[in-house]
Amino acid sequence: MTSVSTDKLPPSPTGEGVSAPDGPWKRLSAGLLSSPTAVLSGIGLILIVIAVLLAPLYANHVAHTDPFRSGLSAKIEIDGKKVPVMQRSTEGLGLGVTPIGPTWSGEYMLGADTQGRDVMARMLYGGRSSLLIAASATMLTLVLAAIIGVAAGYTGGLVDGVLSNLIDMMWAFPVYLLAISLSIVMIGKTIVLGPIELSSSSLIIPITIIGLVYVPYVARPVRGRVMAIKNSDFVLAARGLGVRRHRILLRHILPNVLSTLIVFAPMLTALNIVTESALSFLSVGVQAPNASWGTILQDGQALLYSRPTVALAPGIAIMVTVLLLNLFGDVLRDVLDPKSARGR
Amino acid sequence: MDLRVTSRRGRRGRALARLAITAAMIPAVAPALAQAQEAHRGGTMQLMAVASGGTLDPQINYTAQFWQLYSATYDGLVAFKKADGPESNTVVPDLAADMPTVSADGKTYTFTLRKGVKFSNGDDVTPEDVVASLQRIFKVSSPTSGSFYNGIVGADDCLSSPADCTLEGGVIADADANTVTINLVEPDPEFLFKLSVPHASILPKGTAAKDMGNTPIPGTGAYMFTSYDANNSLTMERNPHFVEWSADAQPEGYADKIEYKFGGTEESAVNAVMNGQADWSFDPLPADRLAELSTNATDQLHVHAQSAWWYAPMNVNIPPFNDVRVRQALNYAVDRNALVSVFGGPALAQPVCQILPPDFPGHEDSCIYTQDPGDTWSAPDMDKARALVAESGTKGEKVNVVTEDNAASRGVGTYLQSVLTDLGYDATVQTVSGDIQFTYIQNTNNNVQISVTQWYMDYPAASNFLNVLFGCGSFHPGSDSSINIAGFCDEEIDARMKSAMTLGATDPEAANAEWAKIDYAVMEKAPAVPLFTPRRLDLVSERVGNFEYSSLFNWLIAKSWVQ
Repeated sequence: MTSVSTDKLPPSPTGEGVSAPDGPWKRLSAGLLSSPTAVLSGIGLILIVIAVLLAPLYANHVAHTDPFRSGLSAKIEIDGKKVPVMQRSTEGLGLGVTPIGPTWSGEYMLGADTQGRDVMARMLYGGRSSLLIAASATMLTLVLAAIIGVAAGYTGGLVDGVLSNLIDMMWAFPVYLLAISLSIVMIGKTIVLGPIELSSSSLIIPITIIGLVYVPYVARPVRGRVMAIKNSDFVLAARGLGVRRHRILLRHILPNVLSTLIVFAPMLTALNIVTESALSFLSVGVQAPNASWGTILQDGQALLYSRPTVALAPGIAIMVTVLLLNLFGDVLRDVLDPKSARGR
Repeated sequence: MDLRVTSRRGRRGRALARLAITAAMIPAVAPALAQAQEAHRGGTMQLMAVASGGTLDPQINYTAQFWQLYSATYDGLVAFKKADGPESNTVVPDLAADMPTVSADGKTYTFTLRKGVKFSNGDDVTPEDVVASLQRIFKVSSPTSGSFYNGIVGADDCLSSPADCTLEGGVIADADANTVTINLVEPDPEFLFKLSVPHASILPKGTAAKDMGNTPIPGTGAYMFTSYDANNSLTMERNPHFVEWSADAQPEGYADKIEYKFGGTEESAVNAVMNGQADWSFDPLPADRLAELSTNATDQLHVHAQSAWWYAPMNVNIPPFNDVRVRQALNYAVDRNALVSVFGGPALAQPVCQILPPDFPGHEDSCIYTQDPGDTWSAPDMDKARALVAESGTKGEKVNVVTEDNAASRGVGTYLQSVLTDLGYDATVQTVSGDIQFTYIQNTNNNVQISVTQWYMDYPAASNFLNVLFGCGSFHPGSDSSINIAGFCDEEIDARMKSAMTLGATDPEAANAEWAKIDYAVMEKAPAVPLFTPRRLDLVSERVGNFEYSSLFNWLIAKSWVQ
């Protein structure tokens, strides 16, 4: 007698005895959770986000400082002695004032910057700005790229021609040149848009600049993906059945484009963190009194020789965050786009 | 070790003592001295800067970087003495054989030219060259044409129509007598100072009436420019036609050649000087190297007081600084000692709370805005500052501090933003590229409320600070060239300034006493926050000898040797 296992039976024509395939979100989470790289990088990113969210708690209860106020005359207690945060040279000709170095305790854990401010507290606050700008700019890029890419790819004709040429024109500018040019125009002025008033220190300005400059990099592939889907069998079939255009767009095109956008998200966020840091380092990104990892890096440049931790700390934070985002993004792409994973 | 951090007053005393000793020893040591000086002749001086100073045209360039070079390449009718310390503020005859004869009404200056002086192209210097050079100041729209030389008869026409400038009746050459006569509309006690700056350099009469840019113009100095690439380097070599006529006005240089390289960073320049690959760097030394250099390179460092101030002009015509109480409040609140830290500590900056720098003509110690008002600043008075802000009812208003994009200016701006926040304002800092910040903050169309800037003297006269920076005549709304950045125009004070300038022609001491009172009167209205007086710090290589420092030109390069 031959025994046949039921799980090897071919599906019945009625579909009985066969479980429904997993939905895309379930497949996504299963794929991520099965990858140690994704789990570890995800945990790392969550820890960073929690740390920067706790910045006020750290500043008020651990460092006992306002990281946005100059502390040029501040003093701290070390071994029972009051020590000035800005230490004047007493040797030789007595030239130079050096901020206090890392104390590795609550106050001034990573030392002070040229304004006598607590670097650790500023790192946490700066991280909030950097991550907020990067994430918000990513959202802005993805939304704009989706609108432009879908409109160009799906509509075709004149609309496609105009939008594609616009994208090409933007693409022609080196991204940092474009970002710096936009920054110089936008930063330093109070921008009034009806009831909304944006001061030069508003984070919305760097978010808008960074969000805009990467739109062509995402809109192009989205357009290509839409054009491919538009001519796929299931869309042609839907058309043949008389399904309306907007319904095809909502039910068939957009869900398929979404995976492309999701794959872009972590990579773009990583790129945006670097762009924000570069612009802030060049004084055309985040403006005082706000801080970001880029502005702290700029502060640290003047202390590279005597207090390297001021520059190293934000540098390491940027490197680690970008690395984790890229690792996570890699796995995300493998899960959502198995073809590209096989191709590698 | 040489004590190089010196006040002007301290130097004056020591200089006199040195002079007396030297005079007594001259007969004995003169030949040996000449022999030693001859031994130092030769070699190539290597200079460095992060960037060049722009155009090479001495009648247009207005940078300390290139004025330093012009002191050895060009001459005026008169010149600031090329000497160490306060003596460098003295005006001496240069291309003129003697100081001019001045008419009784103080309006006519007659100069007799030296004979035998040649330009580096071999041409003789003639009275026609002097006339053409003074006309050229207007033809090329020199930055000081309207402020320094507008008192010459005919200058008004030249200012309105530069291309056709003749200075008819203002500058008259007499080739036979070898004289030049300059007629002024009004007596000007500072006229000789104005003729001593590089904008009044005497150039060959055929020099084109346009900005010569990178093309060297022949001069009469000990050196001449032989090549210039603004992005790369500049070379100066001995002027083959130069014969020293006055060591005070134009001394012969020691080095045969001076090479100036542009590019790199302040950090790399320090390393080059310390390694002996360069002799000096123009730019300020990086703040985080100071403590190390302070102990390791004491013999190579030179610190000198400067006739300058760092200040924060407040726009008196727009809120919140159109209320004098707000301006006074900020003056009370700023901790000058804290700002000194930003600039490298007390050895490199001195807290101030008035406009005229210490030891400057007209300066009298006084400090209104301090905890215990008196002669000097002691500590901020935050209680008084907060009370004034509360009285003004401006708390919560937005204030933007505009700074230059360099560490020191940004540091000062960030500190001011912090103080303004403490006073209850919604304060921000805006950093603007150094190339445009100075003009940006001058233009009223940009609505700059408060900024951070500096002013270095052009010549040693109180008016060069008070009248230039706070006179009604220096305020030009809507222009990039409105050096009265605060937009301060008090007619009563302005009239007193004009009287003080007139008084200076007959009684300089009384005039200086009046300038001290004007300084106080301006500070009562508080159009600016005086921050500190900077000191100049120079690092030279081990081989550089005979370092001498002039108030106007800084290090006198030609007077130092490299071998």
